[in-house]
Amino acid sequence: MALEITAARPDPALLDLPWSVPLEQWPEANLAALPRGLSRHVVRFVKLPGQVIAVKEINPHLAVREYNMLRLLQKIGQPCVQPFGVVNGRLGDDGEELDACLLTRHLRFSLPYRALFSQSLRPDSAQRLIDALAVLLVRLHLAGFWWGDVSLSNTLFRRDAGAYAAYLVDAETGEIHTKLSVGQREHDVDIARVNIAGELMDLAAGGLLAKAADPIRVSESIVDRYRSLWRELTGSERFGVGCRWRVDDRIRRLNELGFDVDELTISTDFGGATIQIQPKVVDAGHHSRRLMRLTGLDVEENQARRLLNDLDSFRASQDRQNDDESMVAHDWLTQIYEPVTRTVPRDLTKKLEPAEVFHEVLEHRWYMSEAAGQDIPIKEVIADYLKNVLPGKPDEAAVLGVDTMAMRLPDFSKQESPGR
Amino acid sequence: MATVKFDNASRTYPGNDTPSVDRLTIDIADGEFLVLVGPSGCGKSTALRMLAGLEEVNVGDIWIGDRNVTDMSPKDRDVAMVFQNYALYPHMSVADNMGFALKIAGINKAEIAKRVADAAKILDLQDYLERKPKALSGGQRQRVAMGRAIVRNPQVFLMDEPLSNLDAKLRVQTRTQIASLQRRLGVTMVYVTHDQIEAMTMGDRVAVLKDGLLQQCDTPRRMYDHPDNVFVAGFIGSPAMNLFDVPVVDGGVKFGSIVHPIERSLLTGVGKEVTLGVRPEDLVIKMEGDGLPVTVEVVEELGADAYIYGSTTETAGKIKPIIVRVDGRTPPAKGTVVHLSPKGDHVHLFNNETGLRIG
Repeated sequence: MALEITAARPDPALLDLPWSVPLEQWPEANLAALPRGLSRHVVRFVKLPGQVIAVKEINPHLAVREYNMLRLLQKIGQPCVQPFGVVNGRLGDDGEELDACLLTRHLRFSLPYRALFSQSLRPDSAQRLIDALAVLLVRLHLAGFWWGDVSLSNTLFRRDAGAYAAYLVDAETGEIHTKLSVGQREHDVDIARVNIAGELMDLAAGGLLAKAADPIRVSESIVDRYRSLWRELTGSERFGVGCRWRVDDRIRRLNELGFDVDELTISTDFGGATIQIQPKVVDAGHHSRRLMRLTGLDVEENQARRLLNDLDSFRASQDRQNDDESMVAHDWLTQIYEPVTRTVPRDLTKKLEPAEVFHEVLEHRWYMSEAAGQDIPIKEVIADYLKNVLPGKPDEAAVLGVDTMAMRLPDFSKQESPGR
Repeated sequence: MATVKFDNASRTYPGNDTPSVDRLTIDIADGEFLVLVGPSGCGKSTALRMLAGLEEVNVGDIWIGDRNVTDMSPKDRDVAMVFQNYALYPHMSVADNMGFALKIAGINKAEIAKRVADAAKILDLQDYLERKPKALSGGQRQRVAMGRAIVRNPQVFLMDEPLSNLDAKLRVQTRTQIASLQRRLGVTMVYVTHDQIEAMTMGDRVAVLKDGLLQQCDTPRRMYDHPDNVFVAGFIGSPAMNLFDVPVVDGGVKFGSIVHPIERSLLTGVGKEVTLGVRPEDLVIKMEGDGLPVTVEVVEELGADAYIYGSTTETAGKIKPIIVRVDGRTPPAKGTVVHLSPKGDHVHLFNNETGLRIG
């Protein structure tokens, strides 16, 4: 069988990769990072001109299925890694057929959870990761996606104004349904709970988890976070006709959670004395969409919230509440945001994304002002931040890593060398 | 461990007119290995998911032991779904990898240690409990993953096509291991596959589904020897049973130039034709003489046996393919015409309108 590369935009450089060699034996020259940890499948990060891709060696049928699943998730706007292609028809130098390879683009500035724990973290970081994962799971469930293998290791995290935004990495077990049953959702949540507990216990066993964090308590919190968010996004509420303000109130609450309401049903009882409302279609990205519309900046939801707050402050301080919002936004972008993010010297741009730098500068301003007991001009703040804070941070543009060892039950007769 | 009962259980997906699983009734005994099998879209996975709690049951009930679990959430049903991926954690010992889910469930240390030790014994992992997964072979790691499910002492194990992504050789090996593990554990198992060979080799009983309807639920032997309808007759067995319509005549049914005797009482009330089924190994082959003339088109030699693939036109005027198993040492040559007759009473008759078995 001839080598067959399926990709939306194939990069000719793909042809130069050593496809006739099992992925495990690829020469270091092709790799962007040395493999770390263990994985159910062999996964490697590979250098292509101008980008890094993740290559996963997997059964051809599963490779095509997961590629299509990731494409579908992308199409419906779900946060997941970007599928890049499938390489099929690989033949080893000895003529033996080799498994297919699924290629995904490396998500810049994303962090595997183990990388986050290996840095000095605030004690509530584990909780923030769980919160981000709960939001991701709710979003996927709203879209009818049953994950089947929810875990921290199947998720990548991007910094999001002090919190995290979660992205799905592994869709191998996933299924798309018109609508998920309660049992399917509950099952996913239960899988998440057990996997997270296992992953955190593993970090604890490896001495990587802060003493104060209790794996079981943290893992159980995904259940509460998930359920309360699901209830808020989909639950119906009933109130007297006199309380119509509660319709607006519900929409406002959903917006604050970062969701837009695309469809809301309102019904009254027979007598017309009570009203029942229930959101039918909600869409994540309330703040990031608004920021995108106003400034063209494409950032995470909490970053967008932070930037929009700063934009509002700018508008108030300039006394321009009556001006066209997009005009003010344009001025904020050129006078405030860009001057801050452009001051970052080139050698420090791999530390954090621009929007996260901006968020940190705002935080830094608050700390400096509080310490000084007065407002500190932004220029001074930036200078201090660039001198004393940013250089000490690790480069996060391309943190690569494959982190857990997981394996499928049916392979249990497969003999492989120990220690892989 | 427990019995499982599907009691008239149906599942209709929103927007569908017909149920994907239609009034399914099966009683599964404690410790039984039941296989749900059928072609794609027959409802076998849906049935398993109804039992797991992943699909709503619209009509009817599902029981595990004496508990009606129809409206229970998956985690309260005490079933282990082994079709999910299991992770092994590199910093944790084999014992911790097997037992950590019990810790989450709040089970005390002594009990966890006991259950882990018991499972390790069954899985032949006693000597490895203190090691890290990295020090194990691939096969041992997989057994650790299996151990994670076993220590929970679930009432029922569920598996959904666990072998579908393995190559043929590995599939045969692994299915033997799963079957022997189930026997050693004595646990009730419900297993879904589309592969009838897998179903027949693994199950204590096999339930064949088609279009959401249970066709037959029997032991593999009974299923093979006594299929209840034409669908089961054609689905179970490889190569498949030869099935063709034959005229009903005085004293029996016509089989080429001979009359195959059938008890008169069986044929009263049937039409002019019935569907006759005969397995490839249940045909006697003669080079000359009476019977059903068949032109040999392909001879597949397998050593001890050979399969003859041919066709006949003497089945209600239609060309029908016929497969016969013959002695591998003396197969007839391609192109010859052979004459077939059924061996003894190894003939299955079906009503050619309803498809149901006669007799």
